[in-house]
Amino acid sequence: MSGRESGPLQPSAPGGAPAIGPQGWDRQQMADRLAQEFQDGWIVNLGVGIPTLCSNTDIGNRDIIYHAENGVIGYGPVLPAGQEDLHLVNAGGQNVSLNPGAAIIHHADSFAIIRSGRIDVTVMGAYEVSAGGDFANWKIGGAKGGGIGGAMDLAACAKRVFIILEHNTRKGAPRLLRDCALPVTARGVVTLVATNLGLFAPSGEGFAVRELAPGISFEQAQAATGAPLLPS
Amino acid sequence: MGHVQKVIGSFAEAIADIPDGATIAFGGFAGPGTPYNLTKALLAQGAKRLVCIANTTGGAHVPRMPDLGMLVENGQVAKVICAFTAATRPTDVLPFTKYYESGEVEAELVPQGTLAERLRAAGAGIPAFYTPTAVGTELAEGRETRVIQGREYLLEYALPCDYAFIRAWRADTAGNLQFRLAQRNFCPVMAMAAKTVVVEVEEEILPAGALDPDQIHTAGIFVQRLVQIPPAPEGLWTTRRQERTT
Repeated sequence: MSGRESGPLQPSAPGGAPAIGPQGWDRQQMADRLAQEFQDGWIVNLGVGIPTLCSNTDIGNRDIIYHAENGVIGYGPVLPAGQEDLHLVNAGGQNVSLNPGAAIIHHADSFAIIRSGRIDVTVMGAYEVSAGGDFANWKIGGAKGGGIGGAMDLAACAKRVFIILEHNTRKGAPRLLRDCALPVTARGVVTLVATNLGLFAPSGEGFAVRELAPGISFEQAQAATGAPLLPS
Repeated sequence: MGHVQKVIGSFAEAIADIPDGATIAFGGFAGPGTPYNLTKALLAQGAKRLVCIANTTGGAHVPRMPDLGMLVENGQVAKVICAFTAATRPTDVLPFTKYYESGEVEAELVPQGTLAERLRAAGAGIPAFYTPTAVGTELAEGRETRVIQGREYLLEYALPCDYAFIRAWRADTAGNLQFRLAQRNFCPVMAMAAKTVVVEVEEEILPAGALDPDQIHTAGIFVQRLVQIPPAPEGLWTTRRQERTT
């Protein structure tokens, strides 16, 4: 991995400070683990926050096209100050570069790509994920406003929805739950979740443990989760 | 020869006729394409009870440039229609939030792709459409849905506007526009959706015929008013000035 920082938005929303208790993976490692699932030729949309770190991951020769909702298709690494083109930003407002073969389209065409199911995977942050594959990432409890952005379009229409989030809130409450308490972004769409404790797949009644982070036991993960964990 | 004069000498003149209660769409996404100069002129012009359409209400970025949040703070806005009525980071508080929570300003929160398509539909003579986005969420509660070929869709209506304020890279006197890179974003669909489209242009406005017809992003038919952005500090530039190629 390049170790490149992904810019000022990197430590952003849903996630917050490191959780209490066993730490397991750091954010880059969470992103790296999920990025290993990307297949050659996939069109990938990364949400702001921890998901942007997936573009730092070395996934060998696999050819990935990164789609940004603002119509920038085929963007590359974030450029340092002085080298950036201020007309060129990704969905997080970072000044990125373009990879060979890149294309620029307008917003309605960009979301036509999303809505018509051409995005192989969207990776998003979230506040909560449910055992049934629902997730919540646009509105916090008690707020009148919300930040939907492109999340509902992506969640409803991408071929796969992967979520990256800290396993617990700053206060230690679980974020992997039987049912979401917050208003959902979409229902029954999440197939894979990376947290600091491991890799999990919503299975209906609970979460199947696909992998645990080094040093994390099944019991520790279960104690930090608000739904049954199922051994893989 | 029969050309309507589209080039206007100042931002103030280009927006002077905007009445109270107008619906205005503001282009831009995370900087590029944002009509800072037209927004600044609107702050001075003072039209009130505006309905403002944009990706966000603004105010989350430093340094702050003229944005929707400033129009709200200036008491000019009745309602916003946006994909963000709160910041992406829950710890960021938008200037808009206080006015929204106090009930001074209304807001309609719309998923971003739905927002773009509602604008496109308005500009394409399509009154409404069905989308899978937001089905099963709070946004769909009490609204019309329909199952088509086994999948549930939500009915969304077109979003016509009185005015659109956008920023372009190049223009000719016929109103044809080119955007550069991520500047394009919502600008072409907002230009389609609005009756009167006002464009702030970065490069020198060229005579009709100087732009390659094959390389036009928004056709001049959609564009009514063009204003050349003056050099800083009179003009607002977040982007570096492009090298003039003509």
